[in-house]
Amino acid sequence: MAYDKFTVLTSTAVPLPTENVDTDQIIPARFLKATEREGFGDNLFRDWRYDVEGNPKKDFVLNDPTYSGKILVAGKNFGSGSSREHAVWAIYDYGFRCVVSSFFADIFKNNCLNIGVLPVTVSPEFADKLLSAVTENPSTEIEVSIPAQTITLLSTGESESFDINSYKKDNMQNGFDDIDYLLNMESEIDEFEKTR
Amino acid sequence: MEKTTLFDKIWDAHVVRSVPSGPDVFFIDKHFIHEVTSPVAFLNLEKRGVKVKYPHRTIATPDHNVPTVDQDQTIKDKLSRMQVEKLRENCKKYGIELHDLGSAHHGIVHVIGPELGITQPGMTIVCGDSHTSTHGAFGAIAFGIGTSEVEMVFATQCIMQSKPKKMRITVEGEIGPGVTSKDIILYIIAKISAAGATGYFVEYAGSAIQSLSMEARMTICNMSIEMGARGGLIAPDETTFNYLKGKQYSPAGEDWDKAVAEWSKLKTDDGAVFDKEYTFDAADIEPMITYGTNPGMGIKVLGNIPTTEGMEGSNKTSYLKSLDYMGFAPGEPVKGKQVDYVFVGSCTNGRIEDIRSVAAFVKGHKKADNITAWIVPGSKEVEKMAQEEGLVKILEDAGFELRQPGCSACLAMNDDKIPAGKYAVSTSNRNFEGRQGPGARTMLASPLTVAAVAVKGEICDPREVFQN
Ligand code: SF4
Repeated sequence: MAYDKFTVLTSTAVPLPTENVDTDQIIPARFLKATEREGFGDNLFRDWRYDVEGNPKKDFVLNDPTYSGKILVAGKNFGSGSSREHAVWAIYDYGFRCVVSSFFADIFKNNCLNIGVLPVTVSPEFADKLLSAVTENPSTEIEVSIPAQTITLLSTGESESFDINSYKKDNMQNGFDDIDYLLNMESEIDEFEKTR
Repeated sequence: MEKTTLFDKIWDAHVVRSVPSGPDVFFIDKHFIHEVTSPVAFLNLEKRGVKVKYPHRTIATPDHNVPTVDQDQTIKDKLSRMQVEKLRENCKKYGIELHDLGSAHHGIVHVIGPELGITQPGMTIVCGDSHTSTHGAFGAIAFGIGTSEVEMVFATQCIMQSKPKKMRITVEGEIGPGVTSKDIILYIIAKISAAGATGYFVEYAGSAIQSLSMEARMTICNMSIEMGARGGLIAPDETTFNYLKGKQYSPAGEDWDKAVAEWSKLKTDDGAVFDKEYTFDAADIEPMITYGTNPGMGIKVLGNIPTTEGMEGSNKTSYLKSLDYMGFAPGEPVKGKQVDYVFVGSCTNGRIEDIRSVAAFVKGHKKADNITAWIVPGSKEVEKMAQEEGLVKILEDAGFELRQPGCSACLAMNDDKIPAGKYAVSTSNRNFEGRQGPGARTMLASPLTVAAVAVKGEICDPREVFQN
């Protein structure tokens, strides 16, 4: 599905320094029963966010009103495990448009790019800097620019560039997805299929 | 001529077009679907007004969400029922082959593909499930995709993929008694970590790997994703061909000979270069078990949980958080820890060989009183063989509860959940927090270790329990 265009995003951020956050934490399997893509944001980090009775757990960052924003600054090896795109739907539906980490799992990263959430890989040092800046001062703003391929901590001006291939970059800026591209090469694919 | 790897050969043969400084348009030979990751893809397809382009290249089965009792009756859980019904509806509408609940070849998608001979060397295979890597055991490029990509495959039989880097993991030597392919892969993941192969596609090689049966190879490739790899594959050989011969979808007659001739070419050239290589000695591998909340947190069953020495910052915090979830302390042994549940099943270890080995070990024994023991065959075919071979009787006599095929307690989407705080030793592939039910504490191990734990009621080494 096409998504909103993404060029430059300036926002406060939510810090989640835990390492190896897997997709079962992002959205537990029991919430994958829908046949439509709706309401996944409510169950984002479900078991970290709510206790068994459904009461919010006070010490979890999403329940802390101090922190908000469209950027999630995460710990190392974020999104490992299952290929469930529901994990990214939950992140998107909750309101995040960008996840920052020093290391992402592959399928998760692909899934992000396919639905318009930008995964930004930064150096471990810069990730630590962002995490502590945001944690200490929740009004800290971060600017993520796709055209410039940079992520900047606005309070200090410190900045790092990130990788994104030019094809995906175009897609993100225009809100296009891969299917549009593939549907346009139908006859080429047909020819190829005959040889298989 | 340029020396290339097995992976390059298959990949390059499936590139329809390379987008300049972008991904490849990658052609998919076979596409497996199940009820959980396909409905939204079908829905979006409909919204776009696009049809499934090559329906005969997609095969469906409901597995993730299905009950493992009373499969002949209407599914009680409303949402699960709706997903299964949607799958039926969509398969009918688009002419997709469905192996439905109760039918002769129903089962976990990664168990039935190989069983039917759909999975073959040299193919590209995807499924909206990360353990699609299982099919790599046949010398295929197989990996998990997200729902948007499922939609792409429906619409165009292609996805956009950047070619991963290449890693080779060689295991040389002879595997010791009581050690299985599950121990080999748990050992490898513990060595290179749960993220150690992220960005890579792995080829497994070496005499220890070659000595394994197809089923054991599938267990290894299955867990490639647990070290972050997109997938893993093993060059096809006589073992592969013997397994495939005579299967329902395997080529037959003249076509078979032609196919084997082609498949025999699928090898890494001597001197081909990998981006990363690891070599392990099979003699160093002992029965393994995990103690934490990712599959990289594994040790010898007879070993101690690592201390926090050398850890700091968020690394240490995350480590302690994980041990706290498991109710374990740094430095302590795992042997002797009380266990509540054992689970034999999943696409990692739910095949007939696994059930045979559990049955052979528990024969004449009884499970301990404190243990609830579930055994869930990976498919109808496995269930049938287990019955015909008398394994069901042996297992029932030992106090195991045999359930009907499905993913079951591997991800606990159905009712097969481990209660909060309870310990389960499981043959599945993920020990993430809550994976087997909210609050459940999972320890991953081989079917042999699970059999030993069932009998002893606590963590133990299968070599000590079954001495003959
Ligand atoms: S058995 Fe487990 S890992 Fe395998 S397909 Fe089912 S849920 Fe996924």
